Amino acid sequence: MTTLLSIQRVSKRFGGLQALLDITFDLPEGQILGLIGPNGAGKTTLFNAINGVYPAEQGRIIFRNKDITRAKTYTLARMGMARTHQIVKPLSQLSVRENVMVGACFGRLDMRLGQAGQVADEVSEFVGLTARLDQPAGSLNVAQKKRMEMARALASRPYLLLLDEVLAGLNASEIEAMTSTVLKIREQGITIIMIEHVMKAVMKVSDRIIVLDYGQQIAEGSPEEISRDPKVIEAYLGDPRLAEKLMEED
Amino acid sequence: MKTWQRHPGIILPLLVVAGLVLWPVISGNESDRETSFTILKAIALASSLNILLGYTGYVSFGHIVFYGFGGYVGIFTVDQLGWSIFPGILAGGIASGLLAFLLGKAILRLRGAYFALATIGVNEAMKAFINNFDLFGGPIGMVLKFSVYKPYGGAARALGMSFYLLAGLVFITIIVSHVIRTSKFGLGLQAIRENEDAAEVMGVVTPNVKTWAYVLSAIVPGMVGVLFFFKNGLIEPPVAFPLHASIELLVMVMLGGQGTVLGPILGAFAYQGMRGYLVISEIFKDIQLSVAGVLLLLIVLFIPAGAVGWLRHRIPTLRRVLA
Repeated sequence: MTTLLSIQRVSKRFGGLQALLDITFDLPEGQILGLIGPNGAGKTTLFNAINGVYPAEQGRIIFRNKDITRAKTYTLARMGMARTHQIVKPLSQLSVRENVMVGACFGRLDMRLGQAGQVADEVSEFVGLTARLDQPAGSLNVAQKKRMEMARALASRPYLLLLDEVLAGLNASEIEAMTSTVLKIREQGITIIMIEHVMKAVMKVSDRIIVLDYGQQIAEGSPEEISRDPKVIEAYLGDPRLAEKLMEED
Repeated sequence: MKTWQRHPGIILPLLVVAGLVLWPVISGNESDRETSFTILKAIALASSLNILLGYTGYVSFGHIVFYGFGGYVGIFTVDQLGWSIFPGILAGGIASGLLAFLLGKAILRLRGAYFALATIGVNEAMKAFINNFDLFGGPIGMVLKFSVYKPYGGAARALGMSFYLLAGLVFITIIVSHVIRTSKFGLGLQAIRENEDAAEVMGVVTPNVKTWAYVLSAIVPGMVGVLFFFKNGLIEPPVAFPLHASIELLVMVMLGGQGTVLGPILGAFAYQGMRGYLVISEIFKDIQLSVAGVLLLLIVLFIPAGAVGWLRHRIPTLRRVLA
């Protein structure tokens, strides 16, 4: 399989905080990569570095064989990279259709308005927003706004989709629906990196998982391997052998 | 007929402007023509500002700089270089567009209040510069010689011609405003207004798009400036760069409804009408600008979407027509 995205020793500091340190991995085309870790581990920062929002200070990021370490966000959108936001960013006064059309118009295929309108209708049906197309985006609830962000991203016809906590704040049945949507997106040949806290879902859809803690990669592997990794358990739950150690000291 | 069905939003704006132009033609009264000229000028300026303020969401407090600068360049070509008024108008528009292009490169990276403050600074800096620029007459400005009007059949005919030129300019402005609003470019502008970060993530090349919006909002004010000072016969710094006029333009756009084609037209109409009443009223004649200030405050507090925005919200069936 060809490599779509290659992260090579990427580091980023915010003042005294080492937000990312030597992150390195390759993402083959067609995979779903789960990115997990405790709050503040640097997951969204990594998205921002890949996406050009806050460029990495050290290291290189290669996307479709081009060095994009310093590329602008809008250039990346045109190259076929799309993302959703952890905190949704709707274009509130515009209708849902217009929101999705922005994604189509300024994305990889640089569509004209007419074509973008058709694509917006298709994609909105795919994510289940057809009934809301003419509503202002500001009037949607959180689950619908997350679906709309996804529709905007898909309308740009991306190669790579960065999903930042699309399941957060959703109820059980909404999570079920969203997970199956994610799997359907992969079937269309779109490669996905997803940041997620809902473990059950991320274990179910990911082909591979990377765990970040304090800006470092502490584990990498299949969902099964990750769920058994002592370092991961420690990052999430604290030292599993802490009780034993305390007993020994007594 | 088909065209009208596809563009319902342009019908009302065209009708309002057509009515304004026909009114003095039918009445044949010169003072009606002066009133109409003032309102048409306000419509052209407010509709231009709307491209930046209403569509793109960038508040420019110093938009009048383009009117003054374009006016100066155009009058210079007519007075000193002996050009005809037609290329003079074009020169003013191009000069203002170029100024906006250069300014945009420098200050459009600022957002929100910082951009608004920078625009005030630009207007004041330009006024100070022109005050000391001898080629444009410094503090005295330029007075058009009577002979300038000869090719157009004398001063009286030239005044009449200015009115029709302005009317043409206003028609072009609102058609351009409508075309922008319904284009892909306009969709990009509105995305920037709603959330600039989200727009960038979706691929809107924000630095370029914002610069073009700024340039497009500056060209017509430059042309209107040339026309107004040609008709006026005199241009001097305080008349060319009045900061309060910038704020009045903001009131017009906000009053009528920012981000719509019809809004700035109605806003300009209503504000000029009110102003005409206030300046002759005993109580308000000295404080008409304070009334503008209070009006702006009330709009921002109670109907931030302006009259047209409010109607669109209240009566969704009118949305297609009230664009």
